[in-house]
Amino acid sequence: MRPAARTRWDALAPGQALPERAFTPSIAELFLYSAVIWNAHRIHYDRDYAVNTEGHAGLLITGPLQGDWLCQTVTDWLGEDGTLERFAFSHRQPATLGETLTAGGRIVAKDAATGRVTLELALRNGAGDLVTPGEAVVRFA
Amino acid sequence: MPPLLTEEHRARVGRSTPPRSETVTRREIRRYAVATRQRAARYLAGEEAPPLFFTRFFEDIPSLDDLQPNGQTRDPLTHDLPLQRQMAGGSQITFHRPIRPGDTLTAVRTLTGLAEKQGRRGAAIFCTLELRVSDAAGRPVVTEVHTRILR
Repeated sequence: MRPAARTRWDALAPGQALPERAFTPSIAELFLYSAVIWNAHRIHYDRDYAVNTEGHAGLLITGPLQGDWLCQTVTDWLGEDGTLERFAFSHRQPATLGETLTAGGRIVAKDAATGRVTLELALRNGAGDLVTPGEAVVRFA
Repeated sequence: MPPLLTEEHRARVGRSTPPRSETVTRREIRRYAVATRQRAARYLAGEEAPPLFFTRFFEDIPSLDDLQPNGQTRDPLTHDLPLQRQMAGGSQITFHRPIRPGDTLTAVRTLTGLAEKQGRRGAAIFCTLELRVSDAAGRPVVTEVHTRILR
């Protein structure tokens, strides 16, 4: 482990929180994400269709975009002190345009033998509901 | 209630799409990095891809004539299942090494599981789809197990 990573590693302990980050995507932002992943599903840009045909409360914030925000909670915290080895997320409830989603996490385990840290992650809406939980394993190096 | 999934449907488990190769460009990485509000300089500069960059990178680019009324395209692995309203369930991803511009990568998608469930919101089919991305030498780069829910 490099010295800078070692200094951080020594101070890590289960229960510690990762910095939180709030996301309030605009409609243009959702459009750009859909364009980048070549996703033309109308629930992300056609409000009439999303509400009247598919029965949603509004335009849906894309699932894998929520996953990416959770993933950034990990990569921004980790920086260049290690590598992301595993990441998982699952969608519990929809989130719609206009909502603010806050990504955060905490350390649940630290394995001195391998340099691995296990993280529990959560993306919550303004009411505090868990929209997308996740977990990650990183390895300090 | 009769089962939604017949033996014929279940026989599709194990089927894969043909291998698809793509070369990663700095521009594609930068577009992804901006659209997802990345903060790390190496992602924004397109020097390394954010971990989830691969998510839809290897999907077919269909003809506009193949778009369905909902805007989506048919997935050859799941398009003829008896429910068709798609929702993303979640993903479990293993990263073997970062993706960088200039990498030529090959992806194979496989339908690895089908299950039907009755829930509060009616019947649903859970499809498990595995995506294996490997480099030009055949070494693994990233593996994803994705759950797609059909209602």
